[in-house]
Amino acid sequence: MNMTVAALALNLQAGAQLAEEASAGQSQGAGQAKIQAEGLEFFYGATQALKAINLSIPQGKVTAFIGPSGCGKSTLLRVFNRMYSLYPGQRATGKVLLDGRDILDPSTDLNWLRARVGMVFQKPTPFPMSIYENIAFGVQLYERLGHAQMAERVEQALRQAALWDEVKDKLKSSGLGLSGGQQQRLCIARAIAVKPEVILLDEPTSALDPIATLKIEELVAELKREFTIVIVTHNMQQAARVSDITAFMHLGEMVETGATADIFTNPREKRTEDYITGRFG
Amino acid sequence: MSMSADSRSQSLLSQRLRRNRLVLTSSVLITAFALFWLAWILLATFTRGFAALTPSLFLRNTPAPGDAGGLLNAFAGSLVMVGLGTLMGTPVGILAGIFLGEFGKGSKVASTVRFFNDILLSTPSIIVGLFIYALVVVPMGGFSGLAGSFTLAILLLPIVLRTTDEMLRLVPSQTREAALALGAPYWMVILKVTLRAASSGIVTGVLLAIARISGETAPLLFTALNNQFWSLNLGKPMANLPVVVFQFAMSPYQGWQQLAWAGALIAMLAVLLTGILTRIIFAPRKP
Repeated sequence: MNMTVAALALNLQAGAQLAEEASAGQSQGAGQAKIQAEGLEFFYGATQALKAINLSIPQGKVTAFIGPSGCGKSTLLRVFNRMYSLYPGQRATGKVLLDGRDILDPSTDLNWLRARVGMVFQKPTPFPMSIYENIAFGVQLYERLGHAQMAERVEQALRQAALWDEVKDKLKSSGLGLSGGQQQRLCIARAIAVKPEVILLDEPTSALDPIATLKIEELVAELKREFTIVIVTHNMQQAARVSDITAFMHLGEMVETGATADIFTNPREKRTEDYITGRFG
Repeated sequence: MSMSADSRSQSLLSQRLRRNRLVLTSSVLITAFALFWLAWILLATFTRGFAALTPSLFLRNTPAPGDAGGLLNAFAGSLVMVGLGTLMGTPVGILAGIFLGEFGKGSKVASTVRFFNDILLSTPSIIVGLFIYALVVVPMGGFSGLAGSFTLAILLLPIVLRTTDEMLRLVPSQTREAALALGAPYWMVILKVTLRAASSGIVTGVLLAIARISGETAPLLFTALNNQFWSLNLGKPMANLPVVVFQFAMSPYQGWQQLAWAGALIAMLAVLLTGILTRIIFAPRKP
């Protein structure tokens, strides 16, 4: 696990160009920001989990959150679709702007928000219904589609999630019968079928084997053409492989944000360097 | 030093093995003891009830002592009262279970309801019978099938409520979150996702509750009583299998005793059939 900065730099050569584009995009200004957090603080009851987070997530890029366990990565992610609102006692203060609109505002319609900001969880969460129904479930909430149109939408989502060839002959069988990696791709297909603008991935591969992980990573690269993606990961190589922007968090603080190549080869902060070189975490 | 440590661990191991053998043997013996009585009950019911299994059992009403007859009115009454009780108790139980399982996290109301439901669950059924006697039978001026149905509904309710609550709480919160993350309103998540995930458990609970109430005797003595004749009038006393079996088995007439055995056998087969049906319907589906 003690990976040197130099070795990581080698890993990154392919991604360097993308990262440059990303930093160029960032320098173009706030117009590019899909999600913007300003002075965001988060509390589990009396415990503060996020401290004064300022962050800009650019449109059409992959942003990765890295950091040791308990640093607040997942908590931050769950603010972006207000998932925390499900639990009394959890609250966020500050501002989180989605296309300039504050989603922490009490008047925000959560269903509206979640239709625009989709999420895929750590463990695959297929619903107890057929593969087809798993995908149609979310679509039906917002669109009245005829039978043929729905079938088309389901196929399109499954193709985008690189699952179509494996399931096209058993769309009527239960989603629970798929393998772990297939289930996770089903969850991704389900999320993109409702045509969100942002997709949040909360450690999407930590329960999967290396082959399935590779498939999901390839998928992420494919999906960023159409969606803004935010991914939480424990795996630094994964962040290096899939992301354009990396944000390093530690103890509820946003320590450093930048182009992925910069963060991994030339971190500004001591703590970032210690973490990516395996000195802690 | 290593020698002594070695021999010590040897003696510990043999001690553990001996203890293991002891516990294993006694649990097998105790299981056999319990199964012995069960097998005896089944065998006795089968051999004695089988002789009275004739078409007339299902075609004729309960006879006067010494006459030939069947148990038609008792079967019909039981079906009506168990059916009505199930129809009344199940929706209430499932809805209350949804309240507890889905909205009851950390709520005072929910834990209070859960507590009293558990008390209701272990209340002797005769008390429920007395309650309905005071509440329905006395004001209505007599025993009735309706009062019997109410009693059975109250006995079924806590079982259904408890299983619904528990089955819903077994659904992982990630599944709920995943559905909500698609922008689905909570009621739809419950209806289409969590209830569906819990459905096999809930249906099993309902079937178990039906099996339980179909054998209740004491509370029906206070409420539906019995009826020697064919009657489906809910305002009048109604025949039912458990009370008929009770009355006929205690009687000195041989014909009645025969019918009691047959009734007991049918009741047992019905419960067995319910169990088998549950297993067939909810056998783990192969992907």
